[in-house]
Amino acid sequence: MLDYVWLVPAFPLAGVLTNVFLGGRLGKKFVSVVSCSSVALAFVMSVAVFIELLSLEPGLRHFERHVFTWFLSGNLRVDATLLVDPLSVLMMLVVSGVAFLIHVYSTGYMAEDPGYRRYFIYLNLFTFSMLTLVSGANFLLLYIGWEAVGLCSYLLIGFWYEKKSAANAGRKAFIVNRIGDFGFALGILLIFKTFGTLDFGAVFSQAGQLFPVGSGVITGITLLLFMGATGKSAQIPLYTWLPDAMEGPTPVSALIHAATMVTAGVYMVARCSALFVLAPVSMGVVAAVGLATAVYAASIGLVQNDLKRVLAYSTISQLGYMFLACGVGAFAAGVFHLMTHAFFKALLFLIAGAVIHALSGEQDVRNMGGLRKELPVSFWSFVVASLAIAGIFPFSGFFSKDEILWDTLQAGGPLLWAVGAVGVLLTSFYMFRLLFLVFYGRPRHGRQVHKSPLSIDIPLASLAVLSTIGGLVGAPMLFGRHFFKEFLGPVFAGGGAHATGASPSVAGHAAAVGVSHAVAGHAPAGLGTTSSVPDLAGRASHAAHIPVSELGMALVSVSIAVVGIALAHRFYVTSPDLPQRLKEKFKRAYSVVFNKYYVDEAYNAIFVRPTVALAAGLWRYLDALVIDGAVNGSASAVEMGSRALRRLQSGHLQNYALSVALGAVAVLLFWLTR
Amino acid sequence: MPVTVSHYMAVSALLFAIGVAGVLLRRNILVVLMSIELMLNAANLAFVTFARMLGGVEGQVIVLFVMAVAAAEVAVGLAIVLIVFRTRETTNVDEMNLMKW
Repeated sequence: MLDYVWLVPAFPLAGVLTNVFLGGRLGKKFVSVVSCSSVALAFVMSVAVFIELLSLEPGLRHFERHVFTWFLSGNLRVDATLLVDPLSVLMMLVVSGVAFLIHVYSTGYMAEDPGYRRYFIYLNLFTFSMLTLVSGANFLLLYIGWEAVGLCSYLLIGFWYEKKSAANAGRKAFIVNRIGDFGFALGILLIFKTFGTLDFGAVFSQAGQLFPVGSGVITGITLLLFMGATGKSAQIPLYTWLPDAMEGPTPVSALIHAATMVTAGVYMVARCSALFVLAPVSMGVVAAVGLATAVYAASIGLVQNDLKRVLAYSTISQLGYMFLACGVGAFAAGVFHLMTHAFFKALLFLIAGAVIHALSGEQDVRNMGGLRKELPVSFWSFVVASLAIAGIFPFSGFFSKDEILWDTLQAGGPLLWAVGAVGVLLTSFYMFRLLFLVFYGRPRHGRQVHKSPLSIDIPLASLAVLSTIGGLVGAPMLFGRHFFKEFLGPVFAGGGAHATGASPSVAGHAAAVGVSHAVAGHAPAGLGTTSSVPDLAGRASHAAHIPVSELGMALVSVSIAVVGIALAHRFYVTSPDLPQRLKEKFKRAYSVVFNKYYVDEAYNAIFVRPTVALAAGLWRYLDALVIDGAVNGSASAVEMGSRALRRLQSGHLQNYALSVALGAVAVLLFWLTR
Repeated sequence: MPVTVSHYMAVSALLFAIGVAGVLLRRNILVVLMSIELMLNAANLAFVTFARMLGGVEGQVIVLFVMAVAAAEVAVGLAIVLIVFRTRETTNVDEMNLMKW
């Protein structure tokens, strides 16, 4: 069964090809069935691979499926090889599962759109690309998937390309992404130059053996890789494309800009954990950027009035938490939050779509209200999702977010924890602000509410269930074991857990497994390095071990979230004039935050306009005068020469005969006098 | 003084020069054609002279070839002149300049 893992990305690709060549003729039904079932099959295949992976010993869960050799060029050998290990299988499950639900949702949401077939082709293509990204066994396949999801993002954001703002948003997304990708590509080149290979296993196992902790080369590589991650996962400074990306259809926002594409950066950092743990400077950068972004984006989301935009900033903020986790060494916690976030954020976007669809296109929350009774599934799902994202027990977000905060406290100290806690407060506030403004109060929309069809309600309900129970795989307080961390541990350097965290036994077990396997002489390549595992364990024991109980901290963070909920209730249910009064009082501060700290305007002035001016200048002078001048100039030079030579063609036979005679005389003279 | 090979060569060269002059300077196309024939005959004279001088018969054979070629060439040349005359109504070679740029 593991041998057939290549089917996971292959099914959606087959869906694309089928719909491209046959979909035009065979109608909407055919297109939907083909695309949905291709993703469903990918999901089923992922489940089968997952089950088989579980049957292996925890330390041996590493399998590579060589599909074909792509090219051999000198020292570089690149194979299309798929990697099956806990991290890639988890990502495959999340991607294909959520993608399937969104495909089904889209059949209802996009039913009246003339570009139906094109939409599903792009969506399937995206699913194929993302699955390639997460299942590749070397950096090149990762990069291909990375670029391809960027392309699909461009195609889908600008799906309604006749709308100027949508086309611009697509272009902006692609260009900002590309800037990050530039760093990413440089990182990959540096990896090749340093290690001579792009294969994950080879690079990660060599890294620890060849370089000491804090090595400049590794720091450089990881910083460049992280630059790519900031672009793809919308962190400071390359996040500006994500709010604009809301121009695309809402299911696209759910899939790409919540659950999957934006998580590619987190996946990549987690995958390269062996490199990151060798570069404490980079880890610091990752954690700092993540934390800053988490709070910064949450602050902007607080005051936006467009439903989707609030969710977009929320996504940026939650991604910041994931990077924070990776930055402090808790890679498993970061991926855990990736998974739970995929569930509740996709759910939130799909609900937004249902609401927008029900109100025939209204997106401003100031014009909603009172939808509780008419959209019950949406309402209850929104409640579940909000509780999950706020981190209320026992919903999924509680477990993942709490773990991140705990690990941040242990590794970074109380100050970092406090900043993270501020983010928690902001998160719960802005989420419940949305809940109260959209679903409570008297209706302010003045429209006919269209009920949601089953194709919308069923995926909503499914994701709501997942958002509720999804955290239970990482609930050591309930089950005594942290299933998630045990499953993913062997993939990351140091077991993926901050060693002084909640499960020292697990980390120790993972470390012991790693060491014993190294001793036994067959350390699986994905295990990271042998030297770094004990190093990290040693380092962790030197780190600040703050003697508070994890349960106590969990209670603190839940209370903070509850405070946020209570504040939101006060602002939007009991005293609805309060927001307006505060806006008046802090007019300037409000205006700055509302205008997103004028970052877009700053980028426009500092980067965009000079670049456009430079391009215009180059076009007018270099291109039109110099290059066109050279081309046209050589043409006119030839023309002038020919005008001179033309006069030889007099048409008079005797002139030609004269030329022949003169030539003959010249040859004769030459020959005679030689 | 006896007539030697040099005399024949001189005649041949003279005939050839007259032919060249005719080709380059005469205005009537038919005279130009005749001048070309003159040049060919000059060459023929030279060949026959050498044949006699060297005792072999090769020179004479070449002359037969040249005559055949000259005949064929005249046929084609006159055909062309005829057609041009039909369209242009002139034998003046200066007016046959359609191939001018």
